Amino acid sequence: MIRYLSTKSLRALLTIIFVVTFAFAILRLSGDPALLIMSADAPPEAIEAFRRAWGLDQPIWEQYLRYFLNIFEGTLGRSMRDGRPALDLVLERVPQTLAITVPAFLVKLAIGIPAGIYAALHRNSFGDRALMVASVAGHAVPSFVLGLILVLIFAVRLNWLPSGGSDTWRHAILPVVTLGAAGAAVIARFTRSAMLEVLGQPYVRAAMAKGVPWHRVVWRHALPNAAIPTVTVIGFMVGTLIAGAVVVESVFSWPGVGRMLVVAVANRDLAIVQCILLLVAACMVTANFTVDLLYGWIDPRLRTSGGSNRST
Amino acid sequence: MPLIEIRDLVVDFDTGKRVVRALHGIDLALERGESLGLVGESGCGKSVTWLAALGLLGPRARVQGDVRLEGMPLLGADARQLERVRGRRIAMIFQDPTSSLNPVHRIGTQLAEALVLHRGMNDRSAWTEARRLLDRVGIANAAQRLNDYPHQLSGGMNQRVMIAMALAGEPDVLIADEPTTALDATIQAQILDLLRSLRDDGGMALVLISHDLGVVAENCQRIAVMYCGRIVETATVADLFAHPAHPYTRGLLAALPEMEGPVRRLEPIPGSVPEPWNLPPGCAFEPRCLHARGECRTSMPTPRRVAAGHSAACVRFGALVSDQAPQGTRLREVA
Amino acid sequence: METGLETAGSAGVSPAHDAGGTPALPGKTPLLEADNIRRHFRVRRSGWFGASATLKAVDGVSFQVAPGRTLSLVGESGCGKSTTARLALGLLPLSGGAVRFAGEPVGATYDAAWRLQRQRLQLVFQDTMGALDRRIAVGRQIIEPLEIHGIGSPAEQRAQGMALLDAVGLKPHVFDRYPHELSGGQRQRVVLARALILKPQLIACDEPIAALDVSIQAQVINLLIDLQERFNVAYLFISHDLKVVRQISHAVAVMYLGRIVEHGTPDRLFRQPEHPYTRALVSAIPVASPARARQRLLLSGDPPNPVDVPTGCAFHTRCPVAMPACRTQTPELRALPDGHRVACHLAHGDAGLPATEAA
Repeated sequence: MIRYLSTKSLRALLTIIFVVTFAFAILRLSGDPALLIMSADAPPEAIEAFRRAWGLDQPIWEQYLRYFLNIFEGTLGRSMRDGRPALDLVLERVPQTLAITVPAFLVKLAIGIPAGIYAALHRNSFGDRALMVASVAGHAVPSFVLGLILVLIFAVRLNWLPSGGSDTWRHAILPVVTLGAAGAAVIARFTRSAMLEVLGQPYVRAAMAKGVPWHRVVWRHALPNAAIPTVTVIGFMVGTLIAGAVVVESVFSWPGVGRMLVVAVANRDLAIVQCILLLVAACMVTANFTVDLLYGWIDPRLRTSGGSNRST
Repeated sequence: MPLIEIRDLVVDFDTGKRVVRALHGIDLALERGESLGLVGESGCGKSVTWLAALGLLGPRARVQGDVRLEGMPLLGADARQLERVRGRRIAMIFQDPTSSLNPVHRIGTQLAEALVLHRGMNDRSAWTEARRLLDRVGIANAAQRLNDYPHQLSGGMNQRVMIAMALAGEPDVLIADEPTTALDATIQAQILDLLRSLRDDGGMALVLISHDLGVVAENCQRIAVMYCGRIVETATVADLFAHPAHPYTRGLLAALPEMEGPVRRLEPIPGSVPEPWNLPPGCAFEPRCLHARGECRTSMPTPRRVAAGHSAACVRFGALVSDQAPQGTRLREVA
Repeated sequence: METGLETAGSAGVSPAHDAGGTPALPGKTPLLEADNIRRHFRVRRSGWFGASATLKAVDGVSFQVAPGRTLSLVGESGCGKSTTARLALGLLPLSGGAVRFAGEPVGATYDAAWRLQRQRLQLVFQDTMGALDRRIAVGRQIIEPLEIHGIGSPAEQRAQGMALLDAVGLKPHVFDRYPHELSGGQRQRVVLARALILKPQLIACDEPIAALDVSIQAQVINLLIDLQERFNVAYLFISHDLKVVRQISHAVAVMYLGRIVEHGTPDRLFRQPEHPYTRALVSAIPVASPARARQRLLLSGDPPNPVDVPTGCAFHTRCPVAMPACRTQTPELRALPDGHRVACHLAHGDAGLPATEAA
C-alpha cells in the first residue's frame, strides 16, 4: 500500500513537471511576449526594457530554471500584462468558473447515470434507442455549436434568457446546460455499457437464481459493479471542473478561468498560462488519485491488504 | 404427484439474425428426494432446461410448454411467485463458482441476504446462521471467512459457499449445473462428496447436470441423456450402464477411456454435433449413427419403452440391446 | 515391459540418490532430456509493504522422452506442468538446470539455432481459435511453415498440405475453409496438421483435448496415437485427465507444486500408485460404471499457495498418512526395486521412519 501510494505520487509529480515544461517550451518558442504585449511598433528601447524587466533576455534554460525555482518557492510569477501575481489573478476567476462547472457536473450525473441505467435495463426498447440517439448527438455536436443553437433559440428567438455575460444566475443557465448536455451524454453511454456488461455476469444470474427480487439485483448486485468503470469517467470530469469550460466560457463571454487562458495564450502571458496549466494538472492528478482510492473502496479485488489469506 | 414435472418444454433463442430452437420438447419428472443426472455435450440443452424452468433465460428466449412445481405452474408465473420459488424451493449452483459470487460483497453478506430473503431472519441471526452453514459445507474458520471476499477464496471453497447459499433456503431440490467442471480433480471429489452427504441427511432432491458420465454415474439414481435439445434416453443408473439402448448413449460409453483393464482403442462417435440451426430432418443423431436406416432420416423417433423406467428415443434399439457393447482392439496389455 | 522411455534424475537432489534409475541404453539416446530444470518467478506479496517473494513454478524437474514415445505430465492447476513444457521447448528461460534436444542444448535464446530447432519441436495447446489466424484459410496456415522456410515449390507445398489434411482425417475441401467455419475438433486437427508439416520429432501437447466435447475427444485421442505411429513423433503430453493420459502415454510423471512426485509406466502408476497424492488423484476419477465404484481417498483442503511451499514434503499438509519426518525432510524421487520412481518416505520405507501402512 505504501509502495502503491508512493509510486502514484511520484508519477503525479512527473506528470505535472512534464505539463509545465511542455507549456513553457511551446509558448516561448511560438512567439515573443514582448512584441505581443508591447505591440510590434513600440520603440525598440521599450521592448528591450520589457525584456530585461521580465528576464526574457536571459538564456532560455535560465528562464526555465528560474521558473521552476519560483514554483518551489510558492510564487508562480507575475502577469506580464499588469504585473500582479499570476496566482492571485487566476484564483480570482476560479469561483466564476466553478459557478457554471459545478452545476453542470451535477446535471451530468443527474441525467447521465439514470439515463444509462434505464437504457441498459430496457435494452433495445424504444426508450433505449431514443436515449442512445440523443447521447450520440450530445457527444458528437461540439459545445460551441450546441451553445450557439441554444443562444439562437432561447436568447434570440424566445428572448427568455440572456445570450452572454455573468450578471445574474439567469446568465448561467445556458452555459450550464451546454456543458451538462455533452457530459451527460458521455456518462449515459458509459453507464449503459457498464450495466449491460455487469447484467451479463454469472453472479447476476446466480443472484436471481437465489430468489433476490429484480430491483434488489439491480441495486445491490449490478450497480456497485457497474460503478467501477463509470467512476473513471466521472473522475475525469471532476478533473476538468477548473478549466473544462474554455469553449463554453468563450461562447457565453463568461469571465472564468477558461476565457482567461484563451486571452493569456494570445498574449503569450507566460506566467498566467503556466499558472492555469499547473492548476489544471494538479486537479487532474488529484482527481485520478481520488479515482484510484475510490476503486479500492468499491472493488475489494483491488485492495491489496486485509482479509485472510487464501488457504485452508 | 412428482415434485417437478416438465412437459413439452420448447425454448427458442432470438439471436437477432434468426430464431434458433435450443429445446425441442423436453418431458421430465423429478420425484421428491430423487437424484437425477442430466448428461450431454455442450449445447445439448441440459442447462437451458432448468434455466428455462426457473425463468432465468432473459428476454431473448421464448419458452413454451409446461413446468409445474407440485402442480403450481412456473412458466408464466409472475415475478413475485418466481422469486419465492427460486432459492426457496429450487436452488441452483453453477459451473464457475468464483464468478457466480458477487465480487464486491463479502461472503457473509451474500449468505445473509439469502437467509433474510427466505427465512425472514434479521441481520444478526442471519450472520450467525451463515456461519453455521459454512461449517456445514466444511469450510474451516467459518467466522473469519464470512468477512472474506470471493476472490480471497479458492474455487473449491467458493463452490462450498455457493452450496451453503443454496442450503440457506432449505430447498426441495438443488440443481447443480456442472458444479465441478472448473475445479481440479481432488477438489471435484470433495465437492461431490459434500453434495452426496447433504442429500443423505437432508432428503433434498438433486439434479446434477454434467458432461461427465462418471460424475453422474456415481452421484445419481436416474439419468437422462440429452442430444441436440432432446432427451434421447432415460434409465436408472444401473440400467443405463448395463443396457444402454440409444446408439448415442452407447457411443458415449464406448468413447470413454477406461481406468482399469487393458488399454483398448477408443471407439469414437464419428462426425460432430450438428449446429442447432442446421439439424437433420429426422433423428438428430442419424448422420452419426452406425445403425441408422431410411426411416431415421425422415421422422424424429418418440421415446419408446425399453424396460420399466427405461425409455429411449430410437426406432432401432430393439435390434441393438441384444448386441454386446463393441469391443475395441487392444492397444496394450496390462502387465 | 518395453516402454521405450527412460527417465533419470530426481526432483532437485544430488545425483548420488539417482543410483536406482534405469541408465539410458546405448544407442537409445533420449530425444528430449530435461536435467533438474527450474523456473522461479518473482512475485509481490500482498500487504502494506509488498515484499517480493519467489514462486518456484518448476523446482528441479528431470525427465527424458524417447523418440516416438509419449511422456505425460499430470497434476492439478498450478503444479507447474505447463511451465515445464514451455521450459523444455525453450519458450521460457530456465532459472536453472539444462534441457537437451537430440543432443543440442535448448534455451530461450531466440537466435538462428533456436529458430531451426522450432522446426523439430512443436507446441499444440487447448485454445485452437487462438492458435489459428481467423483471416487466413486453414490450408494456407498449414503450409505457411513451408513458405517461411522456403521448402518446396508452391505446388509441392499444397500437395504436402493436402496429404497432411488427409492424415489428420479432414476432407480436401477443408483446405480453403476459415477457422470459424470449422468445429473445435476439426480446428484441433488443423493445428495438428500444421504442427506436423515440418516433420517435427517432438510435439508438446498442452491440454489438447480439454476444450473438446466428449464424443470428439475420443476421435482426437485416436488421431494422436495414429499420427505417432505414422510419423514416429514423440509427445510431451500435458493433461489433468488421467483417463486420457492412461490411454496415450508410455510414461507418466505426476507433478505437485513444481516437482515430480511419481514417475512410471501408466499401468504401474494407475494400477498401484505409490505416492499418496497419486492415490488421491487416481481415486478421485469418477468411474462411469456404477458396479465398479471404488473406495475414494479424499484429500482435505486446497493445494497450498506455490509461493509458500510447505517445508519437507510439499504434500504433507494434505497427506492422510504423513509422519513427523515428512514435515522436515524433503523426500527425493527415487526408484523402487521395480524401477518405478516415487518421492515419498513411506513408499521407500525410509530407515528411521516408522513404516505405516498407507491408507
